[in-house]
Amino acid sequence: MSAQPRIWDIPGGIHPPENKIQSTARGLEHPSLPARLILPLLQHIGSRAKPVVNAGDRVLKGQLLAVTDGKFSCSLHAPTSGIISAIENAPYPHASGLHEPAIILDSDGEDRWTELQPTAGWRSLEPVALLDLIDSAGISGLGGAGFPAAAKLLSRPDHRIDTLVINAAECEPYITADDMCMRHYATQIITGIQILSHILNPERVLVGIEDNKPEAIAAMRAAAEGEPVSIIEIPTKYPSGGEKQLIQILTGREVPSGGLPADIGVLCQNVGTALAVHDAVVLGRPLIHRVVTLTGAALERPTNVMALIGTPIHELLAFAGLQPERLHRLVMGGPMMGFTVDSAAPVIKTSNCLLAGTIDELPPPPPPLPCIRCGLCAEACPAELLPQQLHWFALGKDYPQLERYNLFDCIECGACAYVCPSHIPLVHQYRAAKSEIRSIELQHSRADHSRRRFEERQARLEREAEQRERDRQARAERAARAKAAREAKAASEKDTPAPVAVAPDLARIQAKNSTLTPEQKQLKVAASTARMALQRARKQLAANPDNLDLQAQIPPLEQAYADAQRAFEQATSQEGS
Amino acid sequence: MSIVLTAIVVLLVLSLIFGAVLGYAAVRFRVEGDPIVDQINALLPQTQCGQCGHPGCRPYAEAIANGEPINRCPPGGESTIQALADLLDVEPLPLDGEHGEAKPPMVAYIREDECIGCTKCIQACPVDAILGAAKQMHTVIIDECTGCDLCVEPCPVDCIDMLPLPVTTQNWGWIAPPPPTLVADQRGVS
Repeated sequence: MSAQPRIWDIPGGIHPPENKIQSTARGLEHPSLPARLILPLLQHIGSRAKPVVNAGDRVLKGQLLAVTDGKFSCSLHAPTSGIISAIENAPYPHASGLHEPAIILDSDGEDRWTELQPTAGWRSLEPVALLDLIDSAGISGLGGAGFPAAAKLLSRPDHRIDTLVINAAECEPYITADDMCMRHYATQIITGIQILSHILNPERVLVGIEDNKPEAIAAMRAAAEGEPVSIIEIPTKYPSGGEKQLIQILTGREVPSGGLPADIGVLCQNVGTALAVHDAVVLGRPLIHRVVTLTGAALERPTNVMALIGTPIHELLAFAGLQPERLHRLVMGGPMMGFTVDSAAPVIKTSNCLLAGTIDELPPPPPPLPCIRCGLCAEACPAELLPQQLHWFALGKDYPQLERYNLFDCIECGACAYVCPSHIPLVHQYRAAKSEIRSIELQHSRADHSRRRFEERQARLEREAEQRERDRQARAERAARAKAAREAKAASEKDTPAPVAVAPDLARIQAKNSTLTPEQKQLKVAASTARMALQRARKQLAANPDNLDLQAQIPPLEQAYADAQRAFEQATSQEGS
Repeated sequence: MSIVLTAIVVLLVLSLIFGAVLGYAAVRFRVEGDPIVDQINALLPQTQCGQCGHPGCRPYAEAIANGEPINRCPPGGESTIQALADLLDVEPLPLDGEHGEAKPPMVAYIREDECIGCTKCIQACPVDAILGAAKQMHTVIIDECTGCDLCVEPCPVDCIDMLPLPVTTQNWGWIAPPPPTLVADQRGVS
């Protein structure tokens, strides 16, 4: 496969100083085992993994620590043997500097493997079984974004993938992790690529490597000899290693705005991911380590290391001979797209480079000057956006206009800010605008959700009120029917002699009641009250015959009742006489 | 004289024709409800907190449609006022402090060991974000809570706190850098 297939060019791009030689002289080194590992549950795009171990558990190297939660998630494994000391918020490599929940693992120094299950005959396995192996090994993309690999391989099952692109361009200055990976593990990477192409069954497999890595290209060509894998040398230009850019360079096809590579029949994986796939399938090893570039002028001996996931950054920097007095800014990633980190944070699955820069290397940006509309940014933009227009809209916080000018197609490569003669932090503005738009969208969807819940609650309360009203009416109807039935019964029984006696009796009571004067009524009420008190006391006494207090109460109550009754009768008889 | 009469007759006929067309259109293209209320309601934050003096967001949307000031929604803050001003084509006003101050997003938090299980907060919650039963401990579903404050007042043991929504790496956002400035002022000094 030595014939170089046709390649295309991308619009824009820049040629910053490469600074790659510093870290490639010492090969790939293996630092000593760290005493404590910090394993964040979120090392990928998606939802946090769910821990399946507890503080105090003893775990072996490669043992499952946390499982996937939902489709876009990655499981997590122990990078060495030891004891889980805690599951808590811990430093995390993120631009915000905020902490994230993490599993803290204290190494026991033995580095003892759990039982692994290598798969020798992977060629005979079904793609689904291989996807399962990749999923359970907790592999997320090692290129930088950290998309869960299994989910990416499945992203558009209805689209036919005709081209598998392996991203080994590594275009960002300083970073040499993929370069070292290819120099040392070319055979394994080719096997990993073959596993990926066994799953996807594409028509062609293209590996894109920038021409500033001749050793890696030679190693990969030697390993790919006789295999259906094309190793393609591409011109060095930043950002040719962006997923969409590399696809355009290798295939001439452009990923549509807001779309995925799968929409145009392409799937892209990082070269480090291919190595992780090889380890997961052939060796049965989960993703527990990765190649990390340690570079920058504040380090005595810049190098590349095979670092365990979760190794605190300061330990790796110490390994590379950090001179703290020279360190000005510590960056994870490269100088173009990286972000400042705290050295207490750990290395995670997406960390490809640690750049310990001196003040000369990463000088603080000069104060921004107003835009002079020179248009250099538009020439440099690899996504063919209009950075200048975006700048004005971002300043004016005109979010609908930003979206119309395709802000979300910006890959944040930093080429525009790099060429800007006014030193305007363009990417920073775009990032802030993107965050703001996302948060507004989130607020809107939350407001909509709350409104629906509120309306449903109102509807429910109304339904319940109606139900109560209906129940009440039903009860009233039942009572009315029962009353009617009673009256009908009473009417039918009129012929029998007994009710005859009742009727005049009722008439007599009514007559008596209606003729009572207010004083008589009062007396009658007093008499009734006294009788009730007497009856209650008698009842209580019946319940507790031994209660002396109650026994003592009875005679006065009897007396009071007799008096009241007598007074009432006297009053009525006086009236009658 | 006849020309005046002709003009009157022509105008009369025209007005009758247009009147008939308008009358027909008013019946044929009649819009049920008030669409502007829906548009206003879609911009309000739907916390249903009642700080504007209306029993919910929709009543306030109706009141705005009837001419009430647009600056009485503290949870919406400046951005909502701006959006309402754009929609209604009126001048944005500063938030009316009388109805409360703009606060960061809040969530209710029940101190669970103090909860007596009275269900009063459940009845007060406009979006059913509190889970619990009589004489059982209650808890707030954070993702559903709008931070409206309405559950705090009915609690007989004061075990509900309003806490600011914690910032995590998921909801954290970049802060915009200061805009570029001319150094003219420096030039003026020298």
